[in-house]
Amino acid sequence: MITINVAMAVVLAVLYSVGFYLLMQRSLMRILIGIVVLGHGANLLLQLAGGPPARAPVLGTAPAEDFADPLPQALALTAIVITFALTTYLLALGYRSWVLTGHDEVQDDLEDRRIAASERPDGSMEEDTEGTDEIVDPGSAAASNEPVEAPR
Amino acid sequence: MTTLVTLPVLLPILGAALTVIFARSAMVQRLIGIVVLACVSAVAAILLVAADRSGPVVVELGGWPAPVGIVLVADRLSALLLLVSTVVTLAVLVYAIDQRISDYGRDTASTTFHPIFLLLSTGVSLAYLTGDLFSLFVAFEIMLAASYVLITRRTNASRIRSGMTYVIISLTSSLLFLTTIALVYASTGTVNLADLANRVAELPPGLRTLLSMLTIVTFGIKAAMVPLHFWLPDSYPNAPAPVTALFAGLLTKVGIYALLRTQTLVFPGAGPSAVLLVLAVLTMVVGALGALAQNDLNRLLSFLLVSHIGFMLFGLAVYDAHGAAGTALYIVHHITVQATLFLVGGLITRRTGTVSIDQMGGLARRSPVLAVLFAIPALTLAGIPPTSGFVAKLALLQAGAGATVGTAVVAGFVVLASLLTLWAVVRVWIRVFWGAEKEPLPDADPTDELVVGTAKTSKPMYVATAALIAVSIAIAAAAGPLSAVTERAGTDLLARTPYLEAVLG
Repeated sequence: MITINVAMAVVLAVLYSVGFYLLMQRSLMRILIGIVVLGHGANLLLQLAGGPPARAPVLGTAPAEDFADPLPQALALTAIVITFALTTYLLALGYRSWVLTGHDEVQDDLEDRRIAASERPDGSMEEDTEGTDEIVDPGSAAASNEPVEAPR
Repeated sequence: MTTLVTLPVLLPILGAALTVIFARSAMVQRLIGIVVLACVSAVAAILLVAADRSGPVVVELGGWPAPVGIVLVADRLSALLLLVSTVVTLAVLVYAIDQRISDYGRDTASTTFHPIFLLLSTGVSLAYLTGDLFSLFVAFEIMLAASYVLITRRTNASRIRSGMTYVIISLTSSLLFLTTIALVYASTGTVNLADLANRVAELPPGLRTLLSMLTIVTFGIKAAMVPLHFWLPDSYPNAPAPVTALFAGLLTKVGIYALLRTQTLVFPGAGPSAVLLVLAVLTMVVGALGALAQNDLNRLLSFLLVSHIGFMLFGLAVYDAHGAAGTALYIVHHITVQATLFLVGGLITRRTGTVSIDQMGGLARRSPVLAVLFAIPALTLAGIPPTSGFVAKLALLQAGAGATVGTAVVAGFVVLASLLTLWAVVRVWIRVFWGAEKEPLPDADPTDELVVGTAKTSKPMYVATAALIAVSIAIAAAAGPLSAVTERAGTDLLARTPYLEAVLG
């Protein structure tokens, strides 16, 4: 079983907590940075899972017992490539969202908006524009093309 | 024989590359997709027969023996699920191609659709076959990356938010998976599943429980287990019908498969697991009640999907050979029927121009074929005898009743959730197919592939849907031999020795 030193444990704790904190935010940009930070945390943990730093595992350069474990390094490399690619995709998606809706905010889900709409006295989402303190966003306006359940 | 195991992974990924090369010729792309998936189905059938006759088929990639190298393992369970998944993928592909042809004509095809579709199939095959925890992660990533593209393809302002939710949730669960792998490696020094099975047993019980719970959370998110299900009814309905059908049929089931594999092989317990039993009850009841509250046809089907994930969790939670066998049989049944229902939902939407159940009505008179196509899978999902749903639920109920008092009580919830499912689909039936006929709504947004009120359907779309129904009828007809296979698969899973001996020699 591998144990790690306190400094690394603290770094990991900070990376994970910052990552999860940012994931809870509304702006897609912050969520994206949260994913990146969380990804760094996971990759660092994967690295540390191989044990303390040691010599490069290349035959002939050092005695075999001084080698670092190469497997977690290979795993971390793969994971870095994957998180990198998917972060790029998410970034592209954020841009698309900005083009389509004018902001990159992750909205409440449809069900929440339906319930909120049905609890308003007039019971319709189109009325968002009048009187309420909500900012009109094209996203929910387009979503309201879909039928809204009438209050009973 | 051993080289055959690599084909379900190799063929689709090479096919995906070929479809990129032939991006200009729509017909060649379509042909490649269908031929590849047909070949993979044939290979999966051969693997199933081989695994059932003479034990798991193992291939060591690059000639490195386990636990050093990566192994691909086709045992009864993985070969069976691979076969069903590929057949369903093939039917969905036929449906998708014909939807495209009826909307845009024969000569064009989307540049991304076919490569991505085959990549998704690659990821699913790899997830079933791999005997290595990290390859499982890679398989999930291939599958999910492909699904991100499919769910956000041709997106518009109303759909982008749900696409984003889906991508963010899946990425988070992938990072949790990565964390789990790091912790597993730090405590055992291996990622080979068979090797892990031996080494995890030597760990202190507290650590073992922690690792086990982490895998349950990770795969629970992917399988949409309550309370980790919230993303599913919100994102799946916002993709075009064939894509939703594929996701609903395969992606969550791969999560359940991963749970089943890791919980039985790596973290074997003694007797029913209380945590999983509670989660199973929650999933069944919350999903079914959620479905009853919906007015959107696709959201309703998505909640039913969540509910039925609970049935599969239940079989796993019972934790004996019969329970595992029941789960395997249920996965086989549910992949087929859930994909069929979403395809039928797509056909209904094309007829009516809406997904809102309130705005449909009297469809049985206008389109009797559609009524039949909906009725059979709906009754199958609810588990009315003599459908495949009844066979699968019976296996689960018998497993639950035969184990302990606790599992017998949860078996009661299985019956309750089945009745709620029946209620939900009957409500759909009454409101969509009976009542006064309503005029179809016009196509609100012609560029949107989601709600297409064109009423243009080609015969192959119906044929593909009917073929899936035929598969589910075949499952019911072959219930005897099939449940014998899943029973043997369940025994293998719990005994662990066939898998361990085949991999580690």
